[in-house]
Amino acid sequence: MNTPNTTDGSYSAANEVTLVKARRSVLQNIWRTLKTAPPTAWFGMVVITFYLIVALFASLLAPHGQAQVFPMAYAPWSEEFILGTDALGRDVFSRLIYGAQNTIGIAVATTLLAFLIGGSLGLIAAISRNWLDQVLSRFVDVLMAIPSLIFALMLLSIFGSSAMNLIFIIAVLDATRVFRLTRAVALNVVVMDYVEAAKLRGEGLGWIMRREILPNIMPPLVAEFGLRFCFVFLTIAALSFLGVGIQPPTADWGSMVRENAGLIQFAEYDLTAALTPMIPAAAIALLTVAVNFVVDWFLHQTSGLRDEH
Amino acid sequence: MLQTKINHRVFIHVHPVLTTIIQRLGLGLLTLFVVTVIIFSSIEFLPGDFGQAVLGQAALPETVEAFRRELGLDRPPVERYFMWAGNVLTGDLGTSFSGRDASGVDRSRDVWQLIQPRLANTLFLASMAALVAVPLSLALGITAALYRNSIYDRVVNATTLTTISFPEFFVGYILILIFATYFKVFPSLANISDSTPLLEKIYRSTLPAFALTLVIVAHMMRMTRAAIINLLASPYIEMAQLKGASKAKVILHHALPNAWAPIVNVIAFNLAYLVVGVVVVEVVFVYPGLGQLMVDAVSSRDIPVVQACALIFAGTYILLNLFADVISIITNPRLLHPR
Repeated sequence: MNTPNTTDGSYSAANEVTLVKARRSVLQNIWRTLKTAPPTAWFGMVVITFYLIVALFASLLAPHGQAQVFPMAYAPWSEEFILGTDALGRDVFSRLIYGAQNTIGIAVATTLLAFLIGGSLGLIAAISRNWLDQVLSRFVDVLMAIPSLIFALMLLSIFGSSAMNLIFIIAVLDATRVFRLTRAVALNVVVMDYVEAAKLRGEGLGWIMRREILPNIMPPLVAEFGLRFCFVFLTIAALSFLGVGIQPPTADWGSMVRENAGLIQFAEYDLTAALTPMIPAAAIALLTVAVNFVVDWFLHQTSGLRDEH
Repeated sequence: MLQTKINHRVFIHVHPVLTTIIQRLGLGLLTLFVVTVIIFSSIEFLPGDFGQAVLGQAALPETVEAFRRELGLDRPPVERYFMWAGNVLTGDLGTSFSGRDASGVDRSRDVWQLIQPRLANTLFLASMAALVAVPLSLALGITAALYRNSIYDRVVNATTLTTISFPEFFVGYILILIFATYFKVFPSLANISDSTPLLEKIYRSTLPAFALTLVIVAHMMRMTRAAIINLLASPYIEMAQLKGASKAKVILHHALPNAWAPIVNVIAFNLAYLVVGVVVVEVVFVYPGLGQLMVDAVSSRDIPVVQACALIFAGTYILLNLFADVISIITNPRLLHPR
């Protein structure tokens, strides 16, 4: 090589590798990967970014408060009330924007908690492989034998419907799936020599989990995070729609569909009124589609997990 | 030494399929048992003053005490579990919490009386959806797998991926908007009862059944397609193609015997999924079914009704999965011809 990687005349492979790497910044690398993304993935990423912006700046974007009541119930679509008002006279458009914050926020918190519980227990089970592994695995088998919506309904009837209970119950139920996956992928890694070496070095359980195993099982976990988020998001929306999830006056998309469902009956007189309950439902569907598209592409990128060829 | 050898021989005469099935059934029953324990113990987690909450603030301490005794809360939990389980097995699901008064007047209804007509309606709706969805999605899935990467496959795939992402209530309301209020073809509310004639019942349940069908066809078709593609990639299929077997022979003679297990699994999984989907769809169409009853009971915290509904839903779910496992064991060619 006639590149100046030989400062003192000797050749260093490490120097050469850093040289090639240094030619592109992290941003450039991300951009290079993104350029290969199919249009569906692009669509998904744009939609997700849009939702996140709306959720983060809800209080700036919304023209009215989420629980602010105006003296006109069921106002039609207009300049002031872009999507009209609901049965109590609250601005639907503002509630839609705040709904992004509440619904997505609770779903993200639940998914994170599910990964914290399921992921760490899964790693511990995979590393220890003793009676604890057996107990946890059998317990998860039983929990997974009950459909989670039914289980969630039962637990909510006992503990009552509040946002905290909702987050905790759904997180525990979904942690079972995370546990299964983490344990399965981690089992392939714990038998590696470098894990054995770390154990012999005397590293603790926390170090082995964080520094040796976790970086090697990241891709499937990230993909699972996207899919799990969709499930959690849909479950919370379904529970709120059923009236036992997020409680009023907090605006969220599931209960907004329920509150305005009666307007569908007026489709032949005023189609816009009939569309009002459909918009929050469509918002839920669009975000789920977007996340699914991105996860699909991510899986193709990071692994050979494809059903064709 | 000799003794163990003889025992070993005797063991071989029992067909291995049978032992696998017995093991699986035992595991299924064990799961069912643990699930009943979980559902039963839900009442243990209730806050201590729930008697007051059910009967109202005006309830006398004696009334609350009588109510607690009726639930058996003065006896140890283990004894109570076996009493409860025995009652459930004989069809006695207890009495509802609603209709109880602070004055001690008890107008509560038998849970089984509440559930029985609802259960019949739910089964009617679910079987209506399943009758359409199962053949449709199998046909779509198998054809998509056989002609994979064709335009047909891509269209079916994209459509189902989108439908999967739709919440059940969205699908339901779209159908209501289009077919019930904009074009008045079907009624938007599925108002049926025992006295409704069958044809009328089918007509009124069309939209909820359609919504359920759309939801499960998407799942089922994708799973069927994945299972068939997985199968067609097996070495023995390639071998059959290489030795020059006709396409029909490859499919019927080599692929199909191995396909039963995944297909039955897909069907059972989705019928089990139907059990859950039915809850939301019933609420959308105000269909008088078990799901609606359970949601109402959760809102009013009527624990005996919630327990009974959860038991029926979870039991159906577990039994369907058990059934699928047994079928896939029975039809597995590798297990049927042991060496």
